[in-house]
Amino acid sequence: MNERQGMLLLATFLFALVMVTAIGLVYSKHKTRVLFVELELLNKEVVSLDTEWGRLQLEQSAWSDHGRIERIARERLDMRMPEAEQVAFIRP
Amino acid sequence: MKSKTRTGSQIKSSKALMPWRRLSVLAAFVCLVVVLAGRALDMQVLHSTFFEQQGDARQLRHVTIPANRGDIVDRNGEPLAISTPVNSIWLNPQAFSADADSLKKLGRLLSIDPSRLQKKISTYKDREFMYLKRHVSPETAAKVLELNITGIALQDEFRRYYPAGEVAAHIVGFADIDDNGQEGVELAFDAWLKGEPGRKQVIRDRFGRAVDDVKRISSSEPGKPVRLSVDKRLQYLTYRTLKAAVLKHNAVAGSAVVLDVDSGEVLAIANQPSFNVNDRSQMRPDTTRNRAVTDVFEPGSTMKPLTVAAALESGHWRDFYKVETGPGYMQVMGNTIRDTHNYGDLDVGGVIMKSSNVGISKIALSLDAEQQWEMYQRLGFGSDTGSGFPGEATGRLSASALNNDFERATLAFGYGVSVTPLQLARAYAAIAADGYLKPVSFLNQEQTPKGERVMSAETAAAVRKMMKRVVSTKGTGGQAQVPNYSVAGKTGTVHKFTAGGYAENRYLSIFTGMVPADDPRLVMVVMIDEPRNGEHFGGEVAAPVFSKVMAGAMRLLDVPPTMSSRGACAG
Repeated sequence: MNERQGMLLLATFLFALVMVTAIGLVYSKHKTRVLFVELELLNKEVVSLDTEWGRLQLEQSAWSDHGRIERIARERLDMRMPEAEQVAFIRP
Repeated sequence: MKSKTRTGSQIKSSKALMPWRRLSVLAAFVCLVVVLAGRALDMQVLHSTFFEQQGDARQLRHVTIPANRGDIVDRNGEPLAISTPVNSIWLNPQAFSADADSLKKLGRLLSIDPSRLQKKISTYKDREFMYLKRHVSPETAAKVLELNITGIALQDEFRRYYPAGEVAAHIVGFADIDDNGQEGVELAFDAWLKGEPGRKQVIRDRFGRAVDDVKRISSSEPGKPVRLSVDKRLQYLTYRTLKAAVLKHNAVAGSAVVLDVDSGEVLAIANQPSFNVNDRSQMRPDTTRNRAVTDVFEPGSTMKPLTVAAALESGHWRDFYKVETGPGYMQVMGNTIRDTHNYGDLDVGGVIMKSSNVGISKIALSLDAEQQWEMYQRLGFGSDTGSGFPGEATGRLSASALNNDFERATLAFGYGVSVTPLQLARAYAAIAADGYLKPVSFLNQEQTPKGERVMSAETAAAVRKMMKRVVSTKGTGGQAQVPNYSVAGKTGTVHKFTAGGYAENRYLSIFTGMVPADDPRLVMVVMIDEPRNGEHFGGEVAAPVFSKVMAGAMRLLDVPPTMSSRGACAG
């Protein structure tokens, strides 16, 4: 009788353990999904920031294009390179 | 009581029917359960893997995550090639269905004629995948998705942009629409630049749209960036100046190379004609070639300082020794070698300054054939520069000159040998670097390579001193002068070698030089192919390009001036 009770207790305990791990499994699976979705969202953000970065770099290089700067300096601002005679070198 | 009787009679009557009705219903239920259980067993246990696979095959898809191709930047980190994410729109012709209105909208968004679109889709009716349009901006792609047309989906890709455009097109090269390097650095370092695309699992609906991401199988590994040795500012200056000169002289082509003397790095390489690397629809094969690396020419008089270096190294010659060049021509093995004028007696430096063919031939023929030939070979003629650039030519240095005095004499002034502009620049860089020949690099170098000694420092200094006289008002290269800096260099005017021998009136105009002459920082080679507007001497056509580019380069690189013009020095 005592032995049977012990077995029953063990069985109950094991059953409870099985239930806990089963729920744990479901929970961790759910957690994985949630985290994966979050990861994907962050990855998407990375991509969109990358896009932005690339676009800004391109924009910057378009504005700072040497040909453009030279054209503006010459035509709009009426700038020119000084002649050699107009340059004075200052030695410290 | 009455009711009880009724109930009793009902039970009685059902009892009468019981044996076959109850049994048959029960049997039917049992059958159903058995069938269901059997089917469940079949599906869940016996064939579960099969069904799982089939289910996954219909829903789960492995999708590649595209990897970003590495950027190419110049030595200061300025972008020369950037990849930005774009979308490619594809459709499944079998699932595609759209009403006329949304088809029209789609056509307008992607600027495709709707009727042609319809035709294209029906052509690929039995396929499950076709590109509708590749590389559209994410904004346009989002608008296309908003139309909610069945069977249309997006694919992430990258598009390559080249901010420097035609200015650096020959160095950077380009990659095709699938991100495979095709030319230039893009090709040479393709494996390095290329990323490793990752894979992930997604659940797709019936129309192929990704509904949910399931898991990541492998992350995408972005490509590694490449930092070139090129200086974008210098590159622009070189390109612009060369282009103007080629245009002004109505030349066929032109190349210019600027090397850093200490490191052997390529600071700028420009070629004409060039091409718009961002719009390759009008691209022609002859414009994409990096002529400075892939095309060879005969160096002509620019070979003379190298011959003089061989003479000084032999120990038989000193810079003040005299050579008799009168009467302006000489016979070697029945052939005549001529100068344009009779220069009389010249010292060795005078031979370089006046570019006397007779003088240099006499110097060369006084040497052992091996001494002369080996100097050219040590300077890298006939072998590649170590740059690793795709399609690099090695040129030709024929050993037959060893046994033939006339060939040896012409070799001394640069005929019967072919080099690339890059090779010539490298050889001159050895003179500039006190006799050390360095490997040429297109990549930014962390440390300065030691190089290989090919001549003594004294010889190199003596040759530089002679070449300074070329760039004087009395020499052939006066127009190569750079204000406030001393210049050493050599002009070259070469008869073009054509199918019918050397052409009488078609020339290559060359200038090769270094600044500042006493402690050179930069070496530059300018080669202009067939100037057709009258002027054709290297000193008239190529030298001004050198002067303009170097004047700008000295300023850009903050090189302190070595001469002060007309006492403008203050403080």
